[in-house]
Amino acid sequence: MDFLNFSSIVPSLPFILEGIWVTLKIVVLSLLLGFVWGIILALFKISRIKPLMWVADAYTSIFRGTPLVLQLLIIYFGLPQILGFPIDPYPAAVAAFTLNSGAYISEIIRAGINAIDKGQQEASMALGVPYSKMMKDIILPQAFKNILPALMNEFITLTKESAIVTVIGVQDIMRRAYQVGADSYNYFAPLLFAGLIYYLLVMFLTLLGKGIEGRMRRSD
Amino acid sequence: MIKVDNLHKTYGNLKVLKGISTSIASGEVIAIIGPSGSGKSTFLRCLNLLEKPTEGKIYINDVDITNPKTDIAKVRQNVGMVFQHFHLFPHKSVLDNITYAPITVKGLSKQEAEKNGKELLQKVGLLEKASEYPNRLSGGQKQRVAIARALAMNPDVMLFDEPTSALDPEMVKEVLEVMKDLAQTGMTMAIVTHEMGFAKEVADRVLFLDGGLLVEDAPPSEFFTAPKTKRAQEFLEKML
Repeated sequence: MDFLNFSSIVPSLPFILEGIWVTLKIVVLSLLLGFVWGIILALFKISRIKPLMWVADAYTSIFRGTPLVLQLLIIYFGLPQILGFPIDPYPAAVAAFTLNSGAYISEIIRAGINAIDKGQQEASMALGVPYSKMMKDIILPQAFKNILPALMNEFITLTKESAIVTVIGVQDIMRRAYQVGADSYNYFAPLLFAGLIYYLLVMFLTLLGKGIEGRMRRSD
Repeated sequence: MIKVDNLHKTYGNLKVLKGISTSIASGEVIAIIGPSGSGKSTFLRCLNLLEKPTEGKIYINDVDITNPKTDIAKVRQNVGMVFQHFHLFPHKSVLDNITYAPITVKGLSKQEAEKNGKELLQKVGLLEKASEYPNRLSGGQKQRVAIARALAMNPDVMLFDEPTSALDPEMVKEVLEVMKDLAQTGMTMAIVTHEMGFAKEVADRVLFLDGGLLVEDAPPSEFFTAPKTKRAQEFLEKML
């Protein structure tokens, strides 16, 4: 049972655990920015203003139609060739995840908005409520309640997918676990440990989602 | 107060309104009746531009609301609307449903809006439901809240689009009572309805629409006892 030799990696655990902050810093910021970007894209898609719709649709098509790891590599290795200056791994990772998840989230939100009864919009219009306030106070809050499970799914995917920042050398949970393995020629234990951390992060997100869902069910 | 001039509405090839002209005086209660597909709901929904007229003009308080330069949101603040399916905001409490527009659109303070809101709830007999969510209410209660919500903006005129058609029979009366009370306060009202008894009792004038045209315009005493057109006679025979 040499491959399950956990005791030998104990001294390295703090090193792996530090990766949690690196991962969280990328994931949380990308989630927030991706969410905002997704709302903006969704509003473009339902705007009935043709150029905005085309831009948002084309954008979604491209970012859903190509691998995330490719987008990350293009931003980190490719863009500096055009810009003439290097991009740090951390902002490159946040940019890639934000742009990618924005595409997925915009589709979720668009579906959520379309599912709201047209009467809600008519009632708001009849009361003289301006479009922006109607969206913010009436339509989006109802849409979010319905799409929360789908949004949580997207957040969970993003948390796990963040492990690909390893390829641009970010010292996240994944890369640290891999390094510990390489140093000690004992991969199994540190990788399992990394898996446990990801699993716990996802469980935390799941519970958070259930909590929010419970609060939003008050009006049912 | 409202003047409609040669109103047309077309959806693609379908002509729903084919030139309607009429006017509604301040304090008048108008019942709009007619067979389904006659264009009566479309006509009503044109009055606050939920439907955009294809042709013709509509004046409310001498303002041409079909003019693209008119601030329609401003006009709508003075035109209350009650829908067949209520369209209350399900994520807001009954009181918040009523105070939302006065606070957001008119800039009333929360206190002031809630004071007015509670008075209106008292009027429609639902003060004890102020903190409930709409899903906990019966259809009749929902529609009374919807009426209170529209009244909270202090409108000059109230539009009712088949307000009792989605209700269970035993709840129709409570909503009609509220509307009757409202009519007695001198509110200008335009009501699309199938409640002939109510139209007869409360309306000052009946507009009978058929095939997108205004076929008859008469006081209920005349219209219900001696309709002039064959179309109206047939319709009334089926209804009564």
